[in-house]
Amino acid sequence: MQDTNHRTILRLLPVVVLLLVASAAVRAEFGDIVLNNVSEQEGMRPVIFQHWFHRIRFQCRVCHNELKFEMRVGATQVTMDQISQGRFCGACHNGEIAWTVENCDLCHTGKPGLTTRIQGGHQTKGPGIW
Amino acid sequence: MWFAMDIKKTRRVSKSVGIALLTGMFGVQLAHAGKWLPLNKDGLHDRRSPGLELLQSPQDALGSLPTDTAGNKVNWSRAMDERLIKPRGALAGDKKVQILDLNIVMTDTAGHPNVLFPHKVHTQWLDCANCHESLFKSKTGATPVTMGSILRGEHCGVCHGAVAFPLTECRRCHLLPQEG
Ligand code: HEC
Ligand code: HEC
Ligand code: HEC
Ligand code: HEC
Ligand code: HEC
Ligand code: HEC
Repeated sequence: MQDTNHRTILRLLPVVVLLLVASAAVRAEFGDIVLNNVSEQEGMRPVIFQHWFHRIRFQCRVCHNELKFEMRVGATQVTMDQISQGRFCGACHNGEIAWTVENCDLCHTGKPGLTTRIQGGHQTKGPGIW
Repeated sequence: MWFAMDIKKTRRVSKSVGIALLTGMFGVQLAHAGKWLPLNKDGLHDRRSPGLELLQSPQDALGSLPTDTAGNKVNWSRAMDERLIKPRGALAGDKKVQILDLNIVMTDTAGHPNVLFPHKVHTQWLDCANCHESLFKSKTGATPVTMGSILRGEHCGVCHGAVAFPLTECRRCHLLPQEG
């Protein structure tokens, strides 16, 4: 049993090393998210969503249960129509809880060419994580 | 082939692996030790974006919270406990959130210190449904969690390494020393 355990550690090694390298190379703040499923192809800059900013104000459950954001970047199909109708980001960015959707430039701030993914940390679930 | 190595050698190798890991982690912590980068240097925000100057910098928002060495460099649990932040549990109204004070000890750790999973800290942020029954069964030991699955971004790794403190912080999970 003991030696299988040590084998496990050895098997984990490459992953852990990659993890260390990856975390050292990142410059974006931990947990930052790029949403660019549709933005750029519709002529807008990619959207940058920052966990650190929002979690000071809201617990995870508000977005990841009440508002039905998936815990997997890109998995929630968000469109501007839905936001304007008060869903997803629009549940708060409605002029009551936070400033309105009219402030296009505050959400669409990303560099052109960024792909939809989590930046400050690793991507969760499924293949192609690294 | 590595799996044909005798136990003694494997042990020795895994010891040096441990040391290499520690050194690597130290490096990572150094890399993270500096202050937060301003938004126009984070590689994500477009410097030409007109809204950029209106956004808050991480330094401004996080600088006064209890510090940490990894992730956001904020100890979010302490920030919450000391009520330096009071994140709301619902969009509107005072919906009562369900806090569960139940620690789970996970012992399948290949000789590493055992893992202590605290429900309390988690239910201060999350609903039961964020974990049960999709990520974890509601029965101690019933979910086949391994370090491999976590590093692949499953189980604990759905959040840790993405938004909650990263996986380089072994000792925060592997907290309970084993005898022997
Ligand atoms: C204000 C809303 C909001 C809050 C609060 C919030 N999140 Fe998120 N989170 C999001 C959005 C938006 C995404 C991207 C979802 C998508 O693209 O489908 C996301 C994605 C994620 C992901 C997926 C990352 C990946 O690698 O794919 C994880 C994990 C996550 N959040 C965890 C958390 C945790 C843990 C908390 C609490 C500490 C939290 N979130 C709080 C909005 C929020
Ligand atoms: C609260 C944040 C937020 C604000 C404010 C905002 N957007 Fe968006 N927008 C998003 C998100 C999130 C998406 C989906 C991102 C993706 O995956 O590409 C999106 C997508 C889009 C798209 C892609 C096509 C579509 O219909 O979904 C366009 C075009 C767009 N926004 C234009 C605008 C314009 C114009 C404004 C200002 C009137 C605006 N946005 C304000 C968050 C915002
Ligand atoms: C649960 C409520 C909630 C949701 C959902 C939400 N936000 Fe916010 N957001 C806020 C609040 C509150 C603020 C702070 C507003 C203020 O300062 O007046 C904010 C601020 C912001 C800011 C400005 C941060 C700064 O530096 O000032 C951005 C950008 C932003 N949100 C993007 C988004 C995007 C993109 C989404 C959807 C993917 C989203 N938000 C979803 C509540 C929310
Ligand atoms: C962050 C994830 C997470 C959240 C949120 C969470 N749990 Fe758990 N829960 C776990 C894990 C991990 C275990 C251990 C599972 C295993 O060992 O297979 C567990 C085990 C349990 C058990 C089994 C205890 C035993 O004695 O066998 C119960 C009951 C339980 N959880 C109830 C809840 C309830 C009720 C909530 C909401 C108030 C909740 N959990 C929220 C992760 C979570
Ligand atoms: C987010 C919490 C967490 C962190 C951080 C963490 N572990 Fe684990 N680890 C676990 C859990 C949970 C298990 C499974 C325990 C069980 O099933 O009883 C585990 C299991 C293990 C095992 C047993 C073999 C296996 O593959 O399951 C080893 C070895 C291990 N961890 C090493 C490490 C090392 C080295 C680090 C730091 C690089 C680390 N862990 C960081 C939670 C964590
Ligand atoms: C659904 C998201 C999620 C999952 C799954 C999850 N955690 Fe966490 N965990 C969090 C958040 C959020 C915190 C708060 C601290 C932070 O964000 O860094 C936290 C904090 C912790 C802490 C720190 C307690 C403290 O006092 O600071 C430990 C230990 C921990 N988690 C272990 C685990 C282990 C072990 C597992 C898997 C069995 C796990 N977590 C699964 C989100 C999660």
